[in-house]
Amino acid sequence: MGARILIPPSPKAGDVIDVRILIQHPMETGFRHELSGSAVPKNVIRQLKLDFNGQLLLDAELGTGTAANPFLQFQTQLFESGWFTLSWVDDLGVEGTERVQCNTRAS
Amino acid sequence: MKTLRPSKRELLQSALALLAVVASPFRARAQNTEGQSEEFQKLLLSLTQGVKLKEGKIQISMPRLADNGHSVPLKLSIDSPMSQEDHVKTLVILSPRNPRPLVAKMNFSPRNTKLNMATRVRLNGSQSLWVLAQMSDLTWYAKSAEVEVTESACLDAS
Repeated sequence: MGARILIPPSPKAGDVIDVRILIQHPMETGFRHELSGSAVPKNVIRQLKLDFNGQLLLDAELGTGTAANPFLQFQTQLFESGWFTLSWVDDLGVEGTERVQCNTRAS
Repeated sequence: MKTLRPSKRELLQSALALLAVVASPFRARAQNTEGQSEEFQKLLLSLTQGVKLKEGKIQISMPRLADNGHSVPLKLSIDSPMSQEDHVKTLVILSPRNPRPLVAKMNFSPRNTKLNMATRVRLNGSQSLWVLAQMSDLTWYAKSAEVEVTESACLDAS
């Protein structure tokens, strides 16, 4: 499954930036049925973590009330260049990770 | 001589009294969890351990009317310095009328930036969406926002 971490291209060191996370995932509620009548089992991303250079920024536990293809946006302050690492796991135990590099400029 | 016609003052007084009666259910809505589903009450109790919910600090921005409950944009901002000493410990989004009321539970690391966040929620019908925040001093704040949903999520037969 694909995921994206969207950050501004080259923020200044010390800037507060918007971090946007988008993961492709159906987030099945378990209340939906196939046309044949069989229930689609519940499968949502139950846990999601984002860290920057090994420092945890966000730890989220999602439920069925989160829309399909979960989207999260929040703010953080950057002091140095580094890597954002996103990792998640769903109800079927499928894990995913995504990394993105962020280079800050001095001035 | 007293006439049967009420004076201007009396009219004004009764109008104000009526207004107070009509407006009373809208006051202190944030703490009032009565009339919500049992599932929601149970979940709320397990989260807050019965700590009283305070009003304030949370701003919710979401459409008053959503055509489609499958994906409703939600923006939150919480009044907190997000420092080591004073930050939001846990942020919880709840939807009382969903079969499973817990939408998301999040922990943000204190990084001295404002807590502004956005996500998209799935809503099973018109309801008041609840946002709870536990501060580092273990107090709970709550705020709800009404949203009308034309087409519910969770009910489609496709």
